[in-house]
Amino acid sequence: MKTHRRNQLLLVLVLIVGAGSTLALVLQALNENINLFYSPAQVMAGEAPINKRIRAGGMVLMDSVQRPDNSLRVKFLIGDLKSAQFPVVFEGILPDLFREGQGVVAEGRLDQAGVFVADEVLAKHDENYMPPEVAQVMASDKVSNLP
Amino acid sequence: MIIELGHFAIILALAMSCCLAVLPTLGVYLQNPVLLRSGGSLAAGMFVFTLVSFICLTLGFVNDDFSIAYVARNSNDALPVYYKISAVWGAHEGSFLLWCLVMSSWTLAVSQFSQQLNDDMRARVLAVLGSLSIGFFLFLIFTSNPFERTLPFFPAQGADLNPLLQDFGLIVHPPLLYVGYVGLSVPFAFAIASLTSGQLDAAWARWSRPWTNIAWAFLTVGITLGSWWAYYELGWGGWWFWDAVENASFMPWLLATALVHSLAATEKRGVFRSWTVLLAISAFSFSLLGAFLVRSGVLTSVHAFAVDPERGVFILYYLVIVIGGSLLLYGLRVGEMRVSVGFGWKSRESFILANNLILTVAVVTVLLGTIYPLMYEWFMSGQKISVGPPYFNIVFVPLMLPLMALMALSSFSRWRKTAFRVLLRDQPLRLLISLGMTIFCCLLASTWNLWFLFVSLLCFWLIVNLLADARYRVGSHWLAGLLKQTPSYYGMWMAHIGIALSALGIVTTVILSEEIDVLMAPGDQQQMSGYEITFRGVTRVKGPNYSADRGAIEIRRQGELVEMLYPEKRLYVPSQNVMTEADISVNLWRDVYVALGESIGNQAWSVRVHIKPLVRWIWLGGVLIALGGFTTVLDRRYRNRKVIRARQPEPDPALHLSAG
Repeated sequence: MKTHRRNQLLLVLVLIVGAGSTLALVLQALNENINLFYSPAQVMAGEAPINKRIRAGGMVLMDSVQRPDNSLRVKFLIGDLKSAQFPVVFEGILPDLFREGQGVVAEGRLDQAGVFVADEVLAKHDENYMPPEVAQVMASDKVSNLP
Repeated sequence: MIIELGHFAIILALAMSCCLAVLPTLGVYLQNPVLLRSGGSLAAGMFVFTLVSFICLTLGFVNDDFSIAYVARNSNDALPVYYKISAVWGAHEGSFLLWCLVMSSWTLAVSQFSQQLNDDMRARVLAVLGSLSIGFFLFLIFTSNPFERTLPFFPAQGADLNPLLQDFGLIVHPPLLYVGYVGLSVPFAFAIASLTSGQLDAAWARWSRPWTNIAWAFLTVGITLGSWWAYYELGWGGWWFWDAVENASFMPWLLATALVHSLAATEKRGVFRSWTVLLAISAFSFSLLGAFLVRSGVLTSVHAFAVDPERGVFILYYLVIVIGGSLLLYGLRVGEMRVSVGFGWKSRESFILANNLILTVAVVTVLLGTIYPLMYEWFMSGQKISVGPPYFNIVFVPLMLPLMALMALSSFSRWRKTAFRVLLRDQPLRLLISLGMTIFCCLLASTWNLWFLFVSLLCFWLIVNLLADARYRVGSHWLAGLLKQTPSYYGMWMAHIGIALSALGIVTTVILSEEIDVLMAPGDQQQMSGYEITFRGVTRVKGPNYSADRGAIEIRRQGELVEMLYPEKRLYVPSQNVMTEADISVNLWRDVYVALGESIGNQAWSVRVHIKPLVRWIWLGGVLIALGGFTTVLDRRYRNRKVIRARQPEPDPALHLSAG
């Protein structure tokens, strides 16, 4: 009976230590790995932090995609339906559904000069689907455009 | 006409499910034998009507009936016929019809293969399955009807199936995944039936064990196939993205894995009874939660179906009723499940307890990462965030490593208690052997990465332990010894080896892959991991419903041609969608993965080249795990039920307990 008690106590202690350290680890990891989303207007207004991993999205502006020859480096502008926009550079292969005039979400860091250095660009998955963040950016524009 | 027949059939199936929920339950309370046994024929009726409506929708696709809105959105007459059939489950409405078909198939299977149950229990189980089906059919008919017509002005041509889904992977991945997802409703139904009947002994564990193992094995195959499909079809060369929808299938899998183990302990030793019931409820609840996350559009995901808030609200109510109701019932009954079966802390029961604990914590961390964006948005006034894969890697991997260590040690554990002598016998020698194998692999791969070292050591240790255990059990007469082992043992052994192989594949691929995106003009060469990769230019080719730029890429090793690869960039004509079709040189030891990016003028293309060692092992391990799950069901304990019944016309559930 005594060993049984001791074992129970041991088990409870192990559980508490285990659960506590797991919780601490998890919250720490969560805080370090959440990426806040910013709209073009927020990026322009300087609300987005510099040199911190964030997501930003909107529409790829028409005729803004430039690709200097013999390099994988590509530059384009992401904007909303009004005049807010910011430049993005990305080095690599863009997703198939990346097109001018379509919604995208870029992940990466904003540098000192206000250029968004993306390490990942996500485009929408099919014709009916728009990333909810981008949809919201577009929808709020429409509403605010009303007289 | 055919499609109206389908619509009518699904309404009849709904009616059948209502009867299935009510009549056997009435039978239980009125002790009316006719009503009590009505479940079997009602389940058959529900299955037949669902099948009829599924066939009707399939005919709509095959016959290019674009007056059906769903067909018009997801098919096209240029589509090859096998994709027309798989397009049935290519979008939300049809895939949910498939879900309903799978549900009614499981119900039918339970009614057919549960002869060993007494009538009362069988009626209760079928009634629970019937009640769950009502919700699914209502959801299908009222929010996601695939049988709607767009008369009189219907399009002459369909919009085409999403090109990503025009692939073998999509033909097989959703059906298998759904069989797994929905199959978890069976242990759920058994749990609820035992809660309502108050028959809370270990018998229900015996009954639901084979069902759980099969559902879990199907879920394993489904997830493995999904990972493989994402790898070759999405063109990024990744095999797991910690995407919300992947997590939605992974969480029920983790819980079902825990359930498979705790059911074993409950059946064999009568321990963890209430916990096992709770796990059975949670596993199915998480598979419903998965459906909610995927189909309501609340989360950003590459997989998400088109957004419709009405559907989300419906599933949310359904979730609340099912989860809330079952937890309430559980709360009312849990007090009756106190047992005083003791076990030592070095026993197999303890190992299973630790397994359950770790897996549950893992589920909570994955859930937190998956729904954190939602919670953040609610509490932080609409601020949108995403949780990156690093979170999951940091949190999930450290949980899996002790799990593997426990798995290695548990091979020699015994029920009730295990002496240190048995548990740790020869462990220093085995660790030494594993260390030797690990160092050999490190030398072979010329890396001293600590993660690689540590995880391979764990994997080898697990494999060595499993081999030693098998050697010990088989004894000196190896053929007789092999035949003597039960299918349960073979199943466990295979699944655990599968875990080791998968983990080896994962760590090797993650640590040792070489991946580059590079600009290549015809004739350009790239050196990677001892391979010479030469770009031979691009030609135009035509497929049934697409035109493509096909690249030719030469893979050589020390001048010797390994393989010519032909990755494509396809333009699907009906939908005007562009799609990357990667090409892969496959063998057991490494993949060479190439995909075309885009044309950058002067016939130069951006090209993605990955060399991924042991990536096949990830899926090979997954297949072994699933095979293990299927094998356990062959166990004589489950097959002999019928024989026992033939001798004892009115079996008493208590007898089954002692019969094992």
